[in-house]
Amino acid sequence: MGVSPSGALYAFFIQPLTSLYGWAELGVKATPLVLIGIALSIGFRAGVWNIGAEGQLTLGAICGGGVALLFYEVDSVFVLPLMIIAGMLGGMFWAAIPAFLRVRFNANEILTSLMLTYVATLLLSLLVHGPWRDPDGFNFPESRIFSDSATLPTILQGTRLHLGALFALGGVLLTWVLMARTIIGFQVGVIGQAPAAGKYAGFSINQIIWFTLLLGGAFAGLSGLIEVAGPIGQLLPSISPGYGFTAIIVAFVGRLHPVGVLFAGLLLALSYLGGETAQITMNLPLAVTGVFQGLLLFFLLACDVLIGYRLQIKQTKTTATQGVSS
Amino acid sequence: MNEIIIAAVLTIITAATPLLYAALGEMITEKSGILNLGVEGMILLGAVCGFATVHFTGSGTLAVFAGLLAGMALSSVFAVLTLWFQASQVASGLALTIFGIGLSALLGKDLVGIAYEGLPKLFILGITDIPLIGPLLFSHDILVYGSFVLPLAVAWFLKYSRAGLILRAVGDSHDAAHAIGFSVLRIRLMAILFGGAMSGLAGAYLSLAYSPLWIENMSAGRGWIALALVVFATWRPGRVFLGAYLFGGITILQLHAQALGIGVPSQVMSMLPYLATIAVLVLISRDRNKIKLNAPACIGKPFHPTS
Amino acid sequence: MKRKSVLKQVTGAVISASLIFGAQAIKAEDVNVGFVYVGPIGDHGWTYRHDEGRKAVEEALGVKTSFVESVAEGADAERVIRTLATNGNNLIFTTSFGYMNPTLKVAKQFPNVKFEHATGYKRADNVSTYSARFYEGRAILGTIAGHMSKNGVVGYIASFPIPEVVRGINAFTIAMRKVNPEAIIKVVWVNSWYDPGKEGDAAKALIDQGADIITQHTDSPAPLQVAEQRGVYAFGQASDMSAFAPKAQLTAIIDDWNPYYIARVKAAMEGNWASTDTWDGLKEGMVAMAPYGDVVPADVRAAADSVKASIIDGSFHPFQGPVNNQAGENVVKTGDVLDDGALLGMDWYVEGVQGQLPN
Repeated sequence: MGVSPSGALYAFFIQPLTSLYGWAELGVKATPLVLIGIALSIGFRAGVWNIGAEGQLTLGAICGGGVALLFYEVDSVFVLPLMIIAGMLGGMFWAAIPAFLRVRFNANEILTSLMLTYVATLLLSLLVHGPWRDPDGFNFPESRIFSDSATLPTILQGTRLHLGALFALGGVLLTWVLMARTIIGFQVGVIGQAPAAGKYAGFSINQIIWFTLLLGGAFAGLSGLIEVAGPIGQLLPSISPGYGFTAIIVAFVGRLHPVGVLFAGLLLALSYLGGETAQITMNLPLAVTGVFQGLLLFFLLACDVLIGYRLQIKQTKTTATQGVSS
Repeated sequence: MNEIIIAAVLTIITAATPLLYAALGEMITEKSGILNLGVEGMILLGAVCGFATVHFTGSGTLAVFAGLLAGMALSSVFAVLTLWFQASQVASGLALTIFGIGLSALLGKDLVGIAYEGLPKLFILGITDIPLIGPLLFSHDILVYGSFVLPLAVAWFLKYSRAGLILRAVGDSHDAAHAIGFSVLRIRLMAILFGGAMSGLAGAYLSLAYSPLWIENMSAGRGWIALALVVFATWRPGRVFLGAYLFGGITILQLHAQALGIGVPSQVMSMLPYLATIAVLVLISRDRNKIKLNAPACIGKPFHPTS
Repeated sequence: MKRKSVLKQVTGAVISASLIFGAQAIKAEDVNVGFVYVGPIGDHGWTYRHDEGRKAVEEALGVKTSFVESVAEGADAERVIRTLATNGNNLIFTTSFGYMNPTLKVAKQFPNVKFEHATGYKRADNVSTYSARFYEGRAILGTIAGHMSKNGVVGYIASFPIPEVVRGINAFTIAMRKVNPEAIIKVVWVNSWYDPGKEGDAAKALIDQGADIITQHTDSPAPLQVAEQRGVYAFGQASDMSAFAPKAQLTAIIDDWNPYYIARVKAAMEGNWASTDTWDGLKEGMVAMAPYGDVVPADVRAAADSVKASIIDGSFHPFQGPVNNQAGENVVKTGDVLDDGALLGMDWYVEGVQGQLPN
């Protein structure tokens, strides 16, 4: 492409982080990826394939944003907590549909959760093009800008880094404790690795399906709310550039471990920021960014195995199997 | 009225064809125990290579092959990662999609805005003129004819051929198949390549026949729908066919309903194909054991030849 | 952020603006231009035309430009705009409606960077808005359709029910029914700007339902290809699409941002850029028409040309009364013209459009 590789790498990985604002933006971009990634990784460990986090995120934005619009005139500290609860409930509701259909009718959650993503996007479009339009907005498809009491406070002066980033860190901690220290976390691990053993031990697979899907829905819904109440500040026809799908990669690159997901989320977020800088400063088209991101991921995934092999040599006969099964 | 119905069905056929190719290819891949989520990327690469070939050589036949090979080539990257490097299949597939979208955009940079009249329709003398059946079944291009045959061929392959049996064995228990002496990696490689080839054909159909042009990201999410259809079909070729036509059918019918002026918000209309697919899945999923019979037990699990 | 608060104290932003701009005018080469695109530059539609404009600026004025493509209209937009500003771009075009609030937010933080936002309605001392009166072009298309449609059924492929699209549908319908009062429009919404397969399917459905002319407010040439195959007529969108439909394309509306972009960058270089609201049409050349297709007979060309001429000289307005709404009630009286505010927020159909407006 006629640019020096070192210059491109600088634009990609260093330049976005040469300012405080850049670091803050990294946090903003990584927040939804990490939040959804950790929740999904628990489901994936148990072999529950929630690939509809994008839809659950959208529902979270709809419900949380709906509360913000409902209490548009109300200036109260309770608005934001209410929005957070509504957003999480919205995401949980959207995830409960595949959970119910799987448990009750044995309908595969891959298909139902994916299809519901499209439905959620269309629902948001319907609302924003119709009843939730800004009454002073010339009928353009966007809601009012949320009032101050419905907006997440920023935690770093002069940047967009908001409270949601702390939620993401809290989420990492929470899921780590959950997986390492609780019975349900243990059950998730067992059922993912050896469903038969789980059955003999008396673990309820249905319970795990409900638990993982609702958890994924709650976190995805929360991150949807965080997007609209944080950096966006209103409801738009589309609020996520595919965070729910990218989070699936984040979960696996992070080897389904909360801390790994945190770093994977930051790395993926950086590659998006870097793609923008590379376009601006080096005139590299977006397509090159995509190719580069793909190659980077291939490389990471291939490396993953080398790490896995080293583990294998040290601990005899422990396979690096990831807990995935259908 | 009769003509409208025939015309609508013809449109449904073209809408279902790319889904059918991609879904059947993915189904074979999954039957071998491998989940490749890179369908969207392979479709796009197939589309751009097919279109580039027809643009530079003028040969539709070559273009179809180019699409097929492009999909196959991209899937080989996935095969290397997942089979030899034992990388996570899910993550590799998603990375493949990102890579494919970028690469196709890069390759297709100078193809935007170029026209092609589309793959020729192959009419069969005498037969095409039969009322009803003629136009419905015998007025298509080569890829549509192929899509009629492919489900049957895949069904026969899985059920009756020796290779098909081996494929299923590998997908159901790679350790057992390995113990018997089958080369698990080689069989899975073939299955992945076949899946890539079919996704490439789906892409070639998009850029050579469905809407004969190249635009970035022109598959517009059809790869994901194809993936969902495999699950919908519970790994059975007949149901892939049913699912593709159900999905394509409702998509087209809602457009017709809008053209008739039915006063339902268009967003609600656009939801119908997704909701209908869920509803049908719920109806056909209730017999757990039947699904287990067809679902490859080893799907997504990496295979270690040494253990 | 200290700079921001200091600047805030300066009363009369015009003075501060002219000071800053005056200083910059000394070195013309210091104007760097950034563009934010909502789609890929290879979409052959909306973004493609804006990028053509960017290239025209580079060629005409020799300034350095940069762009970021496929920027989602959400949280990402603000960062991209800001990054462009911090990387030395002092004139930034944000080319989609969804960038309105992010543009204003960044503009507040960078008072000495100039911003131009396409299709929005919020301005500031350093934020201009610009848009094109595409509905004027639609009126010409409608006139041609009124003459060329044999059965008076025209299919309209629409993207999203926003005022811009509704305005286009209405302008087309009014003009068409001036020629053929019986003609109707069937609208199909595909809920996408950009899905060649679905756009083509919508065209097929409309043709199957009797439409003998197809027009579209989506980006891809797929509907024209379908029209060509089926032997009906169609109109191109955003670019001249006759390469895709040599027989079927009657004409096309062309988005031509080049003159505007060149003028604005030049103004910035010369130091006389000021915040404005531009809504240009056929007269200024922001909306242009492609050559007529061979099948358009001389009398139809003459009719279309006269509509075009009368729009340009101001003697005719596409929304000139009498205009009836779908229910047949008169909403614009004879001799009246809908004002720009009513046009900007249009959310109702005129008489002759079939179906209900989804909202």
